[in-house]
Amino acid sequence: MSTEGTYYVPDQSKLPIFAATGMGVMAYGAASWVLEGGTATIFLFGSLIMAAVLYKWWSIVIDENMRGLASPQLKQSYVLGMLWFIFSEVMFFACFFGALFYVRVLVNSWIGGEAAVGWFDDTPTDAAAANAEHLWPGYEATWPPMITPDQAVNGDAAQFKGPDQAMNNPGIMGWVSWLPFWNTVVLLTSSFTVHVAHVALKDGNRKKFNTWLGITVLLGFIFLVLQVEEYIHAYQELGLTLESGIYGTTFFMLTGFHGMHVTLGTVMLLIQWLRGLKGHFSQDDQFGFEAASWYWHFVDVVWVGLFIFVYILT
Amino acid sequence: MAHGPATLADGWGKYISRWVFTTNHKDIGTLYLWFSFAMFIMGGAFAMIIRAELFQPGMQLIKPEFFNQMTTMHGLVMVFGAIMPAFVGLANWLIPMMIGAPDMALPRMNNLSFWILPFAFAILTSTLFMEGGGPNFGWTFYAPLSTTYAPDTVNYFIFGVHIMGASSIMGSINIIATVMNMRAPGMTYMKMPLFVWTWVITAFLLVAVMPVLAGAVTMMLMDINFGTSFFDAAGGGDPVLFQHIFWFFGHPEVYIIILPAFGVVSQIIPTFSRKPLFGYSSMVYATAAIAFLSFVVWAHHMFTVGMPIAGELYFMYATMLIAVPTGVKVFNWITTMYRGSLTFETPMLFSIAFVILFTFGGFTGMMLSIAAADMQYHDTYFVVAHFHYVMVAGAVFSGTAAVYYWLPKWCGRMYDETMGKVQFWIAFIGFNITFMPQHFLGLAGMPRRYADYGLQFADWNMVSSIGAFMYGGAQILFLFNVIRTIGWGKPTDDPQVWEGAEGLEWTVPTPAPYHTFATPPKVK
Ligand code: HEM
Ligand SMILES: [Cu+2]
Repeated sequence: MSTEGTYYVPDQSKLPIFAATGMGVMAYGAASWVLEGGTATIFLFGSLIMAAVLYKWWSIVIDENMRGLASPQLKQSYVLGMLWFIFSEVMFFACFFGALFYVRVLVNSWIGGEAAVGWFDDTPTDAAAANAEHLWPGYEATWPPMITPDQAVNGDAAQFKGPDQAMNNPGIMGWVSWLPFWNTVVLLTSSFTVHVAHVALKDGNRKKFNTWLGITVLLGFIFLVLQVEEYIHAYQELGLTLESGIYGTTFFMLTGFHGMHVTLGTVMLLIQWLRGLKGHFSQDDQFGFEAASWYWHFVDVVWVGLFIFVYILT
Repeated sequence: MAHGPATLADGWGKYISRWVFTTNHKDIGTLYLWFSFAMFIMGGAFAMIIRAELFQPGMQLIKPEFFNQMTTMHGLVMVFGAIMPAFVGLANWLIPMMIGAPDMALPRMNNLSFWILPFAFAILTSTLFMEGGGPNFGWTFYAPLSTTYAPDTVNYFIFGVHIMGASSIMGSINIIATVMNMRAPGMTYMKMPLFVWTWVITAFLLVAVMPVLAGAVTMMLMDINFGTSFFDAAGGGDPVLFQHIFWFFGHPEVYIIILPAFGVVSQIIPTFSRKPLFGYSSMVYATAAIAFLSFVVWAHHMFTVGMPIAGELYFMYATMLIAVPTGVKVFNWITTMYRGSLTFETPMLFSIAFVILFTFGGFTGMMLSIAAADMQYHDTYFVVAHFHYVMVAGAVFSGTAAVYYWLPKWCGRMYDETMGKVQFWIAFIGFNITFMPQHFLGLAGMPRRYADYGLQFADWNMVSSIGAFMYGGAQILFLFNVIRTIGWGKPTDDPQVWEGAEGLEWTVPTPAPYHTFATPPKVK
């Protein structure tokens, strides 16, 4: 460790190599798991390594901070690290949203024989119509597509079958009994409660902080329960699955990845809550909590996008 | 810390743990550079196999199935294993020294970013020995080749790419945090050396597009194993969607490869011209402009896929726009040399060759960007020639130049100038013999990625293969020269090393001590 300087450069560390090993084992394990007849053993083993390393890694960082090794400059590095990490997550979701828009706006009408780009020219051309007639005769472009192109051509022999029912928006009057609406309410509220907790911490009101952060974690948990509920509803009652053509694909991949991020965010907040109970954080030093809360706001914003583009605009 | 890093004299155990557990930016830079060179040799071996098979028409040495694996692995290994890590290695070594920082902002994460790579590439190359063979769908892994028709091992490829991407993202975040947060007092943004500027913009590109690549392979994974239909029109998806996503990543990726190379030559040319870089701020703005444009031109790789005419036109004009900031750069390099007192040491030779050959590659790029003409050029050897001019004579030449330029600073020993120059000329001539004829082949209609070809293409293919072996040989000389320098080169302790060199890295002792700038310098 270079004690001469002000910036804390940690000594040699065994953490990263274990983390890299964990990731390598997980990657290899995941690939052999999805193969025909594969098992999850290697993957789980890798995850165990990874979990242990992460636990140790964060304990050490927290400990370093408590020992006063983390200068304001180092903390700024952590801040930048977290913000750019969130940016990379934004781009990950952008990829899936982009896929949704492309498929929904362009591909769907192309397969259905309508012409190219609406903004420039939406009169069906003979070529487009002939094309569709040749490739997917009988397919009609609607969103969500209840009958896949495959079904339009092959009927019951089709590999991809559309859902029986879509996750339709019941209209604003029906929202009260519509699960996605309540999910939105829960998540937006939690963004607010985490903010209240933050303000409380800055005011030095630890009790209030613990309470509101606890509520936030609870809301995150409720969201996840509702989401599971919704998936069960989709699979069992609507016949809407991951395999129901492009609608099921985009629906479950977008909401699924969002759900995974909510899970991660909830765990992050839960850890911060436990730390708060242990007396970590002070009025002017609370990075761990702040990072988790930024993440939480991000997850929230993604949900708003999902609510609009996946749920409402059907 | 009083004592220096462990050396072999401290015993193997200590020596190995130094490299495995290190948090030092110089050690990690060295690791990256050696890893990259190892991958370069491996990818190069694949290329030699390809060129040996193409030496004559007909099938001589390998089976077509294996040929496909070789072209795919060659591309993947060179792009992700050789070129990208080489520049990350340079970034690690140089950025802290150039901005007066004690180390990278997040040293432990830095170590993690590196050590993921050996795992990722072990997973990727291990597929070559598995049943079904390695990936055989081209480095661009278009669906449905990489989904419906892929070998089972594609899953290893997918997860290998995942962790490789994680490594890149962490590495880039580290670079961004270092540049934004660790500059010495007085080192304002507009005083940063160009290498730092180009890297921080590259890092931004990486953080923006590596997640998109992760998205692409995730969609593949789901389509292959879990019945989704992203890339299958039968379910309402579209294989072309894959191409859009891939190239939204892929085009910025080519600039991720070339921007640090721009940075390197922008350091070297002023030194050996003994003049400051001409048009510093325009260089910075041009870099930023290129980075921005690189997000909005991706479908120039897809002119033949059946886009609406509006798309063809838009992507054609947008692509052509890139020539403007690129032209600014070429102009500035040339103007820096104009009326300078030039000397032609090996790094300078490689840099001048860079300027000439990269510009040539840029011109063929302009030809390709004409949508109507690309109907003819697309997926022929003309494209192969284009991107090897920008990637090999561009990125690889500049990487070689960088090693020769900074090696004396790193290890306190001079390389053998004669050997360096010999290597340069073999590489320069070999490179052009390899790839110049590929333009002719492409224009005459020879398609890329086939194990065999029509007899009318025989002559130029043989020439191309001879050049390739020559170029390959030059790399052996390079390796030899580097090892010789580190072990037995003429010692030097001149901090500046090169007469015209400017910048903070040339103010620290030679060889650079293990820790530099523990207390930040003051920059006027
Ligand atoms: C003036 C700048 C450039 C222009 C206008 C340009 C244009 C193009 C176009 C239109 C294509 C598609 C050709 C086709 O597939 O039919 C292409 C391919 C390619 N370019 Fe460039 N390019 C430029 C610079 C670069 C640079 C700097 C790099 C990398 C360092 C690069 C790397 C590539 C690669 C790798 C491909 C082929 C990808 C593949 O299909 O495997 N280009 N370029
Ligand atoms: Cu491109």
